[in-house]
Amino acid sequence: MLSLQAATVRFGERAVLDAVDLEVADHRIVCVLGPSGSGKSTLLRAVAGLQPMDGGRVLLAGQDQAGVPVHRRGLGLMFQDHQLFPHRDVGSNVAFGLRMHGTGRAETSDRVRELLELVGLPGAERRAVAALSGGEQQRVALARALAPRPKLLMLDEPLGQLDRSLRERLVVELRTLFRELGTTVLAVTHDQGEAFALADRVVVMRDGRIAQEGSPLDVWQRPASAFVARFLGFDNVTAATVTGQAAATAWGKVPVPEGSPQGEADLLVRPAGVRIGAPEDGLRCTVGVRTFRGNHVTVRLLPENAPVLEAECALRDTPDEGAVVGVRFDAAETVVLAGG
Amino acid sequence: MRLGLMAVPVAFFALFFAYPVTAIVGRGLKAGGDWQFGRIGDVLARPDILDVLWFTTWQALASTALTLLIALPGAYVFARFDFPGKQVLRAVVTVPFVLPTVVVGTAFLALLGRGGLLDELWGVRLDTTVWAILLAHVFFNYAVVVRTVGGLWSQLDLRQEEAARVLGAGRFAAFRRVTLPALAPAVAAAALMVFLFTFTSFGVVQILGGPAYSTLEVEVYRQTAQLLDLPTAAVLTLVQFAAVGGILAVHAATVRRRERALKLVDPAQTSRRPRGAGQWALLGGVLLTALLLILLPLGVLVERSLDGAGGYGFGYYEALQSVGAGGSSTFLVPPLEAVGNSLRYALVATLIALVIGGLAAAALTRRAGRLVRGFDALLMLPLGVSAVTVGFGFLITLDKPPLDLRTSWILVPLAQALVGVPFVVRTMLPVLRAVDDRLREAAAVLGASPLRAWREVDLPLVRRAVLVAAGFAFAVSLGEFGATVFIARPDNPTLPVAVARLLGRSGELNYGQAMALSTILMLVCAVSLLLLERIRTDRSGEF
Repeated sequence: MLSLQAATVRFGERAVLDAVDLEVADHRIVCVLGPSGSGKSTLLRAVAGLQPMDGGRVLLAGQDQAGVPVHRRGLGLMFQDHQLFPHRDVGSNVAFGLRMHGTGRAETSDRVRELLELVGLPGAERRAVAALSGGEQQRVALARALAPRPKLLMLDEPLGQLDRSLRERLVVELRTLFRELGTTVLAVTHDQGEAFALADRVVVMRDGRIAQEGSPLDVWQRPASAFVARFLGFDNVTAATVTGQAAATAWGKVPVPEGSPQGEADLLVRPAGVRIGAPEDGLRCTVGVRTFRGNHVTVRLLPENAPVLEAECALRDTPDEGAVVGVRFDAAETVVLAGG
Repeated sequence: MRLGLMAVPVAFFALFFAYPVTAIVGRGLKAGGDWQFGRIGDVLARPDILDVLWFTTWQALASTALTLLIALPGAYVFARFDFPGKQVLRAVVTVPFVLPTVVVGTAFLALLGRGGLLDELWGVRLDTTVWAILLAHVFFNYAVVVRTVGGLWSQLDLRQEEAARVLGAGRFAAFRRVTLPALAPAVAAAALMVFLFTFTSFGVVQILGGPAYSTLEVEVYRQTAQLLDLPTAAVLTLVQFAAVGGILAVHAATVRRRERALKLVDPAQTSRRPRGAGQWALLGGVLLTALLLILLPLGVLVERSLDGAGGYGFGYYEALQSVGAGGSSTFLVPPLEAVGNSLRYALVATLIALVIGGLAAAALTRRAGRLVRGFDALLMLPLGVSAVTVGFGFLITLDKPPLDLRTSWILVPLAQALVGVPFVVRTMLPVLRAVDDRLREAAAVLGASPLRAWREVDLPLVRRAVLVAAGFAFAVSLGEFGATVFIARPDNPTLPVAVARLLGRSGELNYGQAMALSTILMLVCAVSLLLLERIRTDRSGEF
């Protein structure tokens, strides 16, 4: 459906999008993930035609979009802060795109009713936009973007401003909805939880370039670089020299899976792979702050003369703060990272 | 696209402004086909001309400062307080603005001059001092500040200031750091308008200035119409043009830096009844000022229109219905017909100004490029150029094919629209620029072409501003005098022209009729403005 070829956007000297290649297949949900300033919003704006490109091409269903103005691209875009029209009621907001496409009155009102039901706001046509809660605004914005049946729906931080529980519920709803409708979706977000829950395919961006691309499971299990690993929330990353099935690190020797790349590299140890035992058993650490996370506890471990380690352990095995423990590593939970 | 939008206003200004003004200046500065630029130096070296320049400048500065001082509390009260009669009062304070300057001058003469109200009561006379001019200027421009600044103020979200208060800012600091920066462009715009009007003041100074005080515009008129000294008039027109151009350039530079997207809210949410002694005192003070400054001169005007030879009555009004009542051939038609003429002309002028000004404002919404910025300043020039020059220029340029408009009624609305356009642009532009650009983008993504997006997003959001702009344009068109006096045909006079003609004749009856006609003009304006206020509230409650 969507194909970006060497898409480039410069703001002055800085390349906000640096020769980005990206494919979004029909009926797929692709999520671009990256910290703020990584160029992900610019990517959406370039696809929509709101941001002129300094190089490269945007193709929609095989058609080059150069010279096609925003309003003729037939896309849907949900803005970060929704941008509902304040002077129109809910129904009129949803109907806007249909009116622009010359849809008849009866058909429009049918479609508006259908969409409001779909997003869980049946009968809200006459309500004022100002009177809606954040979650309701988000639903109206979604209905508005979906109404003209866009070829491609783009979401800019779709759930960014909502509270956590609402966000988690809506992510599931959205995914189910897009599956049912067969919508092709390109979303951008800085929240990895949102991206992994929503997407069939995740694209991690850094400084205008694609740092990694793959299925959520792929990216989660095998981050391509220290940057991606840290961005996903993994803090146990350190420089290592890999020889065979062992890596020499500041934390001592750490076992790595069979077939890992050899030589100098960054090493990731997932918190679940940090095993806590008796003090004489492995790397000596002092137990720091503990954070309860529902079914497990995250523990900060302070080794002597080495970077802080994060460990995940079961509730009843959690050591006391200040205790001295020994640490071993599980090869299944370590990853040798390819690039810096 | 932007260039396309600009084409119509540019053509309009080239044809109906630049061309006539250039032609008349050329006539003054050319001798036998050659430019005589030496004349500029000669005229500017004359001490009497330097006196005029100096007086024009300092009285304008003093008038502007005094107007801001008196009217800013008024803007605050109108923006933030609810009180009974607010709408009527808002219309009432706007009435002076649309009165012909001649009438304003006469009303203040009746109040402050020899045999005036203050003279009768306390023996105080101000007509020989500059205070009469300054007070008349404040009377005249009070509404400019209240409308321009108050209009924006009423739409600023109170919560912004509350956020600052919570962050530890005192009441004054919150105002200074949050509200004032947001208001600054509007205050600057209002101050600029007041300065321009007072810098180019004509009727008021003509009457209250006497022989002692004369502004550039009065001097241009004197040189053109009385001394027939076109070269001197041309030089003075150029000087005024240059001065105004300079002021506008500085203004454009300062305002542009400050204009930014504001979060605007429904004014109904930001005003409430005054609370506490301080607020009631402020409200009282503002109402008292409005009463003394605005209603008193208007009251004297009405009183005089009813004060016939045989006691109070409607004699002067009845006399307006017949041609010969003046005892001479002052008019070809009954003076009362001027009411219909004025309304018709002003409506057409308002339409022209809205179309031209609206297109210009739309083109200028997205700031970009040197070209657009220059255009921004260009639009304000008609306010600063001598209306006398424009009117006279129309007569000598638009009188031959292919554009022979000399006998066409459209000439008058065209000249009036010229002065209306800057108001439309100035009123709409800040609001248009405050509309979040992403709303337009949202509309575009949903399939709205740029034009459609403007109609669907910008227009509804600025409807209030459009109506305010229309009100301004209508008002200045109704009251326009300097240019109209040259081009209105004798059988189709406008109200201000008719008033001036009556005032120009001696005799109680003429004077009384002038007062009666002025009263009618005042009422017409008041009624129109009241209607406008009503439309405004109905519409804003629509969604």
